[in-house]
Order: sequence, then structure tokens, then C-alpha cells
Amino acid sequence: MTTDTSLAVRSHEENWLPILELAVEEVFEIMLGHRVKPAEGLQKVGSTEFTAMVGLAGALCGILTLCCDRKTARQLASCMLGPEIADCEDQVSDALGEICNMIAGNFKNKLAGTDGRCMLSVPTVIKGEEYIFYSLADGDCLETIMLFEQAPVTVSLQLHS
Amino acid sequence: MDKIRALIVDDSSVMRKIVERSLRQAGLELEKVVEAGNGAEALAVLGKGPVDLILCDINMPIMDGLEFVRALQTVEEAKATPVVMITTEGSETHVVQALSAGARGYIRKPFTPEQVREHVLPLVRKLS
Repeated sequence: MTTDTSLAVRSHEENWLPILELAVEEVFEIMLGHRVKPAEGLQKVGSTEFTAMVGLAGALCGILTLCCDRKTARQLASCMLGPEIADCEDQVSDALGEICNMIAGNFKNKLAGTDGRCMLSVPTVIKGEEYIFYSLADGDCLETIMLFEQAPVTVSLQLHS
Repeated sequence: MDKIRALIVDDSSVMRKIVERSLRQAGLELEKVVEAGNGAEALAVLGKGPVDLILCDINMPIMDGLEFVRALQTVEEAKATPVVMITTEGSETHVVQALSAGARGYIRKPFTPEQVREHVLPLVRKLS
């Protein structure tokens, strides 16, 4: 499967970060009942005990990741399903994967020209911080940090050129 | 409106719970909710007894939602059961594929209970 050149070029020419931010904001507001905004000037800090990821393939190739600490992951899951979920770590991972999946889907649905030509992978969730993330995606990297209950949630999209 | 039996098909157990909650928030009275993690499991579930409504994701392992809807059309006892897709795949191409395959509605994630009400209630009213 090859990357569509026009979309790869567009990622350089157009500023897709506001589209990614809007995609994140909508998922948080509709599915979690929380309004979030990008944290101005905040660098990638804090622990990233939970990393959810979804691959994009086809007209747009890359990987979207969502990172947060354990407490935040539980709060996100709790907002989706209720407080009882917070004690079940598998459900927390499942919830985080679904949030990541919806952000990726919402983002690509907002981009003109991907119609039916970009597929999403099933989400994967990594628990723990002792890993090195190495992606073959060699194009642009979009990153936004949202504050959720005062804790950072980092959403990144690494694209193939 | 009568109580209905719903089948929710999604590989995420969290998503299945959210869809069930959304159905209740949309005002549906559920007599029974059965779940499946992919299209093949859903066909097996349908073999054990009929349902009134099916809510189905698209991206799933083993048998995806589009394959499931196509396969459902070959099951005489179940092919009239309305299927509503609930998915992150929001392209027109996917919508056309799903509706052509036999789905009766299409809801994009993220979704609100109002959207579930708008797409599902007309189908359920027809059952009554």
C-alpha cells in the first residue's frame, strides 16, 4: 500500500494541528463530558504510564498516540463508563484505546480527500514507561497537550512523508 | 413502544457498554442486550435466538462489520433485522458501502444519545 502523494504533501503545506486539536476536543466533550483546550506553552512532561496508539494506512499513513499517567487514564475511563470502571485495569486500557481510536477517526474524517482511502488499525495500549517509541513514520509530527483535571494528556500524530 | 432485544457488536467491551447506555438514554426499553466481539461471533449469537435491533462497529478483527452485514443477508431468519452501524469510519464511501450491504442507519463516533435516538427510534417504531 503506498502513501497518497497529494496528502503527504498537504501535511507540509497545510496546518493540520488545529484540526487535530478540534478532533481531540470533540471526543472529550461528546464522549467524556469534559471541555479541554490545548495547554499553551506546556512541554511534554510528567509520566506516561499509559500509551494508546492507532495506526493509519492508505492515503494517509502514520500513527496516532495518546499518553497520560495512570491516574488520568483511570479518570478518563471513569468519565466514559462510571466510577466502578476505575478499578479494572483492562477496562481502563480498553477505554483509552477507544478514545485514541475516536480521535484518529474524527481527525481523518475532517480532512478532505481521505474519503474511504485511509484505514485505521485496531487500537493498541502499552502500560508502563520503560520503553522507547520508534516509528518509521518520517514525515511531519503534530503534537498537542491538553489539560484534563489539571493533568497533561499528550496526543501526537506522526506521519509518513 | 415494546421492549426490544438488542445485539451490540464491537471488539471493545467499553464501547459495547457505551452503546448500551446510549440506547437507554435514547429512551429505548431494553428487554435483553446480547454482545459480540466481531461479526462471526454475532452470527453465532443470532443462531441462538432472534433480536430486534443490531448495532455494529465496522473495524473489527476476524469478521468486520461490512462482512457481517453482507453475511446477515444470507440468513433467512435474521436478514430483516435492522442494523445500524456505529463506527469511527465516517467517509461517504463507508456509508454507501454499509447501506448498500443492507445496513439501515449509520452513526459516526463520537456520538451523542440524541444521534442514537434520531437513527434508532424510527427503526424501532416500525417494529412496534
